[in-house]
Amino acid sequence: MHIVQELLFVILFGVAVYLFTLNARQIRKNILLGRDKDISDHPNERWKNVLLLAFGQKKMFRNPLVAVLHFFVYAGFLIINLEILEIILDGVLGTHRLFLPFLGVSYAVFISAFEVLAALVILGCAIFLIRRNILKLKRFISKDLDGWPRSDANYILITEIALMLLFLTMNTADLALQAKGAAHYLPTGNFLVSGLFAPLLSGFSDGALMGLERTCWWLHIAGILAFLNYLPYSKHLHIILAFPNAYFASLLPKGEMENMPSVQHEVQLMLQPELAAAAPPAENMPKFGAKDVNDLTWKNLLDAYSCTECGRCSAACPANITGKRLSPRKIMMDTRDRVTEVGKNIKDNKGTFVDDNKSLLHDYITEEELRACTTCNACVEECPVSISPLDIILQLRRYLVMEASSAPAEWTNMFSNIENNMAPWKFSMDDRDKWTES
Amino acid sequence: MQIKTMAEYAANGETPEVLFWVGCSGSFDQRAQKITRAFATILEKVGIQFAILGKEESCTGDPARRAGNEFIFQMMAQNNIQLLNMYGVKKIVTACPHCFNILKNEYPALGGNYEVIHHTTFLQSLIDEGKIKMKEGGAFKGKKITYHDSCYLGRANNIYEAPRKVLEVLDAELVEMKRCRSKGLCCGAGGAQMFKEEEKGNIRINVERGKEAVETGASIVASNCPFCMTMLTDGVKEVGKEDEVKVLDIAELIAQNI
Repeated sequence: MHIVQELLFVILFGVAVYLFTLNARQIRKNILLGRDKDISDHPNERWKNVLLLAFGQKKMFRNPLVAVLHFFVYAGFLIINLEILEIILDGVLGTHRLFLPFLGVSYAVFISAFEVLAALVILGCAIFLIRRNILKLKRFISKDLDGWPRSDANYILITEIALMLLFLTMNTADLALQAKGAAHYLPTGNFLVSGLFAPLLSGFSDGALMGLERTCWWLHIAGILAFLNYLPYSKHLHIILAFPNAYFASLLPKGEMENMPSVQHEVQLMLQPELAAAAPPAENMPKFGAKDVNDLTWKNLLDAYSCTECGRCSAACPANITGKRLSPRKIMMDTRDRVTEVGKNIKDNKGTFVDDNKSLLHDYITEEELRACTTCNACVEECPVSISPLDIILQLRRYLVMEASSAPAEWTNMFSNIENNMAPWKFSMDDRDKWTES
Repeated sequence: MQIKTMAEYAANGETPEVLFWVGCSGSFDQRAQKITRAFATILEKVGIQFAILGKEESCTGDPARRAGNEFIFQMMAQNNIQLLNMYGVKKIVTACPHCFNILKNEYPALGGNYEVIHHTTFLQSLIDEGKIKMKEGGAFKGKKITYHDSCYLGRANNIYEAPRKVLEVLDAELVEMKRCRSKGLCCGAGGAQMFKEEEKGNIRINVERGKEAVETGASIVASNCPFCMTMLTDGVKEVGKEDEVKVLDIAELIAQNI
């Protein structure tokens, strides 16, 4: 009997890890569809960002109350992973509470700490569900989230509560069995949370309690493995990608826009024609700006997969606040949806992209949205996981103006004023110092 | 005002301590010209040896670049850099956060390396050095002032304290808007929005911000950017408070009390 359970567990575990690896590799492939960008400078500063922004969740603390609740859920999940290690080993080896003999009396201290965290995770998730579904915070009822994204958020919270309840119920049954002196259930000492509930189960038979304990054990670990495989389809992937995204976060001042060396070079040759003779002929005409996901950098695509759709960006966006179509969160969701679609297209067509007559620009993100951006950097400032929606917006704008020659008439005038009068308005260059005259 | 140009300094074989980059708004916009004159007056009174480029100055290329037109940006930037490097410019002060940001952060990649200072930071160091002395019982004593963080000084370059420090010497009561510092709400002009009509929405961004400024009960809204100046002045007007609430640049507030 025992060996069947172990075998079943090993198969379940193997399949879960295998499927997750497949999906993770697909996402990696999708991210690498982005254009190359060297982000290997200043490793020390980058590791500092990982510590502060990802581990420390520094940005979350802009709203301390929510930050503390989120920290419970995060710490709970991270630290309870230690317990999951024991659960996995127990599953493979057919043991029960493998670490108990090694840890002795401190075992109960560890498990108690995990239980307190589990209780805090339940509390945090419950409050988050209330904020989303009862208090209906503006950023959660936004139409950005209509359909799957809103359900996704609720599924995640409900699953986390369920997993924690299973863990606590399992321990409660275990303690009740210990109290009855059941075989195989070695005394562990009291656990802080489940210890409160164990007396409630004292009336049940050994068999019923064992059934309960085993059922919870299996549902808990199977739930975790299922959840692992849910991640690649969900916004919840941020629990993994927030870390690399913090590492690769821009270290430049937020006001600095990426230079375009190809244009710089062109203009240089234009202004100094004597250089043109010596310059090697351009290999191929570079494309300006971004129309689709493969024109964006891989960091932009990593951003898209790291986004957990919290909407802090859009809640701070002046355009969004004042009712414009632009929503930085939607920019990220669109980018992710499109890159996933392109990745699937390539996979389905054996490694080559078959034109689907679609692009990120126009089919997902409209000109109207892009035109509304004031480049104020509020979205970048707010993002807890170092995403820059602005970087994507600016690249799409570059494509619109330089490749598609699409700009509002006022901008076209502004361009020609700068070109002809050296100022965005139609004033004479000779009047530039007129202000000194009065 | 008699202000020497870089060309005039160069003709005498001299270089001034600092170049005052006026910017297009500061040069042409009638309201912003007052800010320019206020700041130039302070520089003169303090005895800073400075110059302007005069007719030789061009747009930095900021609105073109942010609208997506990299060609025009590169043309402007490369010409400006050629000029600045020819004059051997080392230090630039400007009263426009957009000029400040692009000169400081984006010109180095094209070979333009200068020490670039926004006028609020410049004023703060003059105050710290004791070079700016305020009149006793100045015009703003006890008045309520609220400060609007411009995006290109604030979030873009993390300068939040210097302008506030400058305002402290006015002996006024500083009140913050609900959205301030890194959470400050944009005036609506950045990213070349200044040069086009807003997209369709419920309310103009500058009116939203104007309302917020008026709600503080301040009689003065202090700004640090000629674009914010235009937007907020209109915003306050839209709320119908243009008589009670004045929008003034930090340089103007200081110049009036020196």
